[in-house]
Amino acid sequence: MFVNFFLELRQNKVPATLREYLTLIEAVKRNVAGYSVEDFYYLSRATLVKDEKNLDKFDQIFGKCFNGLDFVSDQVEQEIPEEWLKKLAEKVLTEEEMAEIESLGGFEELMETLKKRLEEQKKRHQGGNKWIGTAGTSPFGAHGYNPEGVRIGQKESRHRRAVKVWDKRDFKNLDDNVELGTRNIKVALRRLRRFAREGADMELDLPDTIKSTAENAGFLDLKMVPERRNTIKVLLLLDIGGSMDDHIRTCEELFSAAKTEFKHMEHYYFHNCLYEKLWKDNKRRHSEFVDAWQVLHTYPADYKVVFVGDATMSPYEIVYPGGSVEHWNEESGEVWMKRFLDIYQRAIWLNPVPEKYWDYTPSIKLIQELMGNRMFPLTLEGLEKGMKELSK
Amino acid sequence: MAMRFEGTSNYVATEDLMVAVNAAATLERPLLIKGEPGTGKTVLAHEVAKAFDANLIEWHIKSTTKAQQGLYEYDAVSRLRDSQLGEERVKDIRNYIKRGKLWDAFTAEQRPVLLIDEIDKADIEFPNDLLLELDRMQFFVYETSETIVAKQRPLMIITSNNEKELPDAFLRRCFFHYIRFPDTETMQEIIEVHYPNIQSELVSEALKIFYDIREVPGLKKKPSTSELLDWLKLLMAEDLSAETLRSRDPKKLIPPLHGALLKNEQDVHLFERLAFLARREQNKN
Repeated sequence: MFVNFFLELRQNKVPATLREYLTLIEAVKRNVAGYSVEDFYYLSRATLVKDEKNLDKFDQIFGKCFNGLDFVSDQVEQEIPEEWLKKLAEKVLTEEEMAEIESLGGFEELMETLKKRLEEQKKRHQGGNKWIGTAGTSPFGAHGYNPEGVRIGQKESRHRRAVKVWDKRDFKNLDDNVELGTRNIKVALRRLRRFAREGADMELDLPDTIKSTAENAGFLDLKMVPERRNTIKVLLLLDIGGSMDDHIRTCEELFSAAKTEFKHMEHYYFHNCLYEKLWKDNKRRHSEFVDAWQVLHTYPADYKVVFVGDATMSPYEIVYPGGSVEHWNEESGEVWMKRFLDIYQRAIWLNPVPEKYWDYTPSIKLIQELMGNRMFPLTLEGLEKGMKELSK
Repeated sequence: MAMRFEGTSNYVATEDLMVAVNAAATLERPLLIKGEPGTGKTVLAHEVAKAFDANLIEWHIKSTTKAQQGLYEYDAVSRLRDSQLGEERVKDIRNYIKRGKLWDAFTAEQRPVLLIDEIDKADIEFPNDLLLELDRMQFFVYETSETIVAKQRPLMIITSNNEKELPDAFLRRCFFHYIRFPDTETMQEIIEVHYPNIQSELVSEALKIFYDIREVPGLKKKPSTSELLDWLKLLMAEDLSAETLRSRDPKKLIPPLHGALLKNEQDVHLFERLAFLARREQNKN
């Protein structure tokens, strides 16, 4: 019955499953929602969407699939009653225009043209979001048929309101393609923490048990302590300066969020691309730096590496020795990247540049290749994917 | 089930929320509620129980809560101790089985409302461990080899603050509702329900300030419904009039009794800074 709607949802990556669809059918059968479109919208939303980040997508698809539904059910299928046309023409056309058209073939002609236009327009907008088109130059006034009253095909406004509910797209800001705030980042970083747990079991606190059993005159008194959970180790490498200045705030947010999430977390800064020098304090970058070899030797291979950077630079900076804009580098950035990636198998690159621009920047593509497609945009969704990658 | 939830005398339910609750009640599936803190997730369960005239069983989840604790717990330690003391009780294992909230809900005489509060606080595996129980509404007690089957399927309301993602398999079995932050109209209704005698002028002034505060960019914690209600209560207790609120000149940007709304000293600082800027602006003019 609603299979198309269901399939459309799935096609647009709203993860509704067959089971949920069947639940919806069952609910409809048992008349949970009554028969209004609005109720059906609420019901299907409660059944098929399980994450607020998908609500906006759902609204859009619902609008697309069921738009015009109430319109059709009212009465009109193909024919447009004449009275409307008359009213409409009066509303829309100026007297001169009417006169002009009338001179072309009289009012009947006018009606015909108007009717045709309306039908055309209806067809044209079938797949779209709004039944009524927006501004145009047609004399039949696409810009608002009914400023106040000539509502086409509807007796009352009840259904219209229903359509509005999803057309408003209230949940837009919950969509996870938007950029991150600190809180969002924390949520996403928890993903990383998740796999680090080795069960949430309580464990026996042996010393305390012995002590309290002894105090208890030899009768057993077990003491438990919660197991320490967070064992994840992260090496965070942040691009700083130059083209990253735009993104530095986002970066720092990510950084501050990350700090509280992991037991072992080390961070180093680099500029544009990895070379033989890294530093911890950006203010003293020229005096207090760390040899990259030392970093490689200090942190074992079970560290997960997260690069954060826009990877926007000249391709020379990656490919050639001496390509760095700041100093003479004996070995190319590419060599250093490979060196790091060979040791740290679990690595991702987070890029604050929106994904749609990646293809236009050669250096991003280069890094993406080096990373083996493990570059993710710095959005909640991208972070989520990245964390999934890290925890595989 | 013929009964329908339509909000109660002290809870304003939006239409979509009613549909979700009724769907869960009719199809006997759990209802998962998410939303900003302070939008009435937990209160919903209380009100649904009241509306359906059912018993409310509350299960508050903590980070150490296990799924098993909701079913039953076998207290081996006290049995061991009892055996050392040679107590008579020790012979029957049933004496050491403690019923959990789900057990209570399953065996209730009347169909209860079971609230599982803040499920995201628990371990990540917690929801997965409850799948079968939620699905079939039955579980097996190994120690006594008995199966506990629900007499009636309780109406389950599960709340989450989104601290952890819930597993897909779990989500598939639930209805979902996201409580949005109420708009001004709904908020007025909510206030009406809580303080029927409040002056409408005071409310509209207070609401204006409240929504203004929520709009301030960079707030760490936006005030929510419950905070607004507290604040109004304070305003009434202090007998502040609508005029006092309205006459707020830019010099005093911080609303009176702001402690009820701003819970974070950074936010208060932010406000003071804004007030300072506003004052400077005024002096210039």
